[in-house]
Amino acid sequence: MAKTSALTGNTACAYAMRQINPDVVAAYPITPQTSIMEEFSAYVAQGVVDTELVRVESEHSSMSACIGASAAGARVLTATSSQGLALMFEMLYIASSLRLPIVMVNVNRALSAPINIHCDHSDSYGARDSGWIQIYSENAQEAYDNLIQAVRLAEDPKVLLPVMVCLDGFIISHGIDRVELLEDRTVREFVGEYKPAYSLLNVDSPITMGAFALPDFYYEFKRMQAEVMKRVEKVADEVAQEYAKFSRRNYSSVGEYRLHDAEVAIVAMGSVCGTARVVVDEMRKEGKKVGLLKVRLYRPFPSQVIREKLSPLKVVGILDRGDTFSNLGGPLFLDVKSSLFELPKPPLLSNFIYGLGGREVSLKDIRSVYEKLFEYLGKGEVKESPIYLGAKE
Amino acid sequence: MKWELEKAKEWKYYEHPLGGTIPVSGTAKTYRTGGWRTFRPVRDAEKCTDCLICFIYCPDSAVKVENSKILEVDLTHCKGCGICAYECPKEAIKMVKEEEVG
Repeated sequence: MAKTSALTGNTACAYAMRQINPDVVAAYPITPQTSIMEEFSAYVAQGVVDTELVRVESEHSSMSACIGASAAGARVLTATSSQGLALMFEMLYIASSLRLPIVMVNVNRALSAPINIHCDHSDSYGARDSGWIQIYSENAQEAYDNLIQAVRLAEDPKVLLPVMVCLDGFIISHGIDRVELLEDRTVREFVGEYKPAYSLLNVDSPITMGAFALPDFYYEFKRMQAEVMKRVEKVADEVAQEYAKFSRRNYSSVGEYRLHDAEVAIVAMGSVCGTARVVVDEMRKEGKKVGLLKVRLYRPFPSQVIREKLSPLKVVGILDRGDTFSNLGGPLFLDVKSSLFELPKPPLLSNFIYGLGGREVSLKDIRSVYEKLFEYLGKGEVKESPIYLGAKE
Repeated sequence: MKWELEKAKEWKYYEHPLGGTIPVSGTAKTYRTGGWRTFRPVRDAEKCTDCLICFIYCPDSAVKVENSKILEVDLTHCKGCGICAYECPKEAIKMVKEEEVG
């Protein structure tokens, strides 16, 4: 029987890691990820997992150790946040280029400077072009479910890519939430046994990984990476459908809430979607046609589905918990804008940067976004974008 | 498809093994690093005691040895790094510019 518990997002992730029972975990502590590894270390100490836990001296080393272990043919998991992810930057590209299905939890936290430990998406946004699959979670339940699904997605023979499961620092990682947990046996059956395509430890069939590739070879490997990304969304949806059979929880690359007849909508990722749902319900009661589109799979970007879902709308506000500092707006805004460019009559688009460094986002803030969208609808144009929601200005 | 350097150069991107893995061993042999060389190690056979320190240190396994005696330097792979000359206890190896080699 599945059981329901009150857990923090991090505890739910550690619990999922125990159920997955990876061969190798190499990690370094960083707030707000730390408690995942603390709790997982306890499982290792208790002997309830078979994992070789490698305690390394930095995140650069943790991702390096994960790459080595994955190249050897192990099922590998890790977790990090913020500066830790930034320190892994060099190794992230190597993991994806070598097609190693490493699964990493990234507990989203703002990047320095100034130093801050609270949530925004600037850390994982920074790694958006590193060739990793990125999945964003709305709450602890989703973090748990996404982590288990990520193993299957990463290791699918049609994919074989590393997956980053993102959850909002403190809001999800340390907030206690209702989480339905699956049985150990169910999770183990679902993730199955990992059979690597190659193993560096197979002395009967020696191989070289990460060999030098000059201009006559390198380009083809990048071309291969671009191609595999086209297959990811379909496999992610298939994995989600199979997961729904026993969990009764449905996931897809893009989620929607009261969107079908909406005039204006918000597009967002992560925990703010929960806040937006409440505002949507409130405003719907007032007769206002508002909706929400939640992006769960951010890399690769499900642009076709997003185009289809947003094309009937008149005004769309895109929420970004991070900026590009390019005078162009936030990353999600740019991706949505690119996806809608070819529509004959695209909706008016407006960008809202919010919640940087953990700045509180209230129901009132989200309501102000919808009100702004209605204002643009009335005027037929977007007056200001991006708007820095909740900044003192 | 069997992996061979010259053939793989012509392959389409989807014909390559996953992630650029090379599914065979010993491929460094086919890579002619000798072309990088500016200085060539020239051994003075009179000074050389066949201690084989150069053989141990050579990063390209370019020092050819038979019956514990140094035969020659494999110039197809010697990059001219000079480690052999630096390590030689008898100073029996000199690095000579390629165009000055007689």
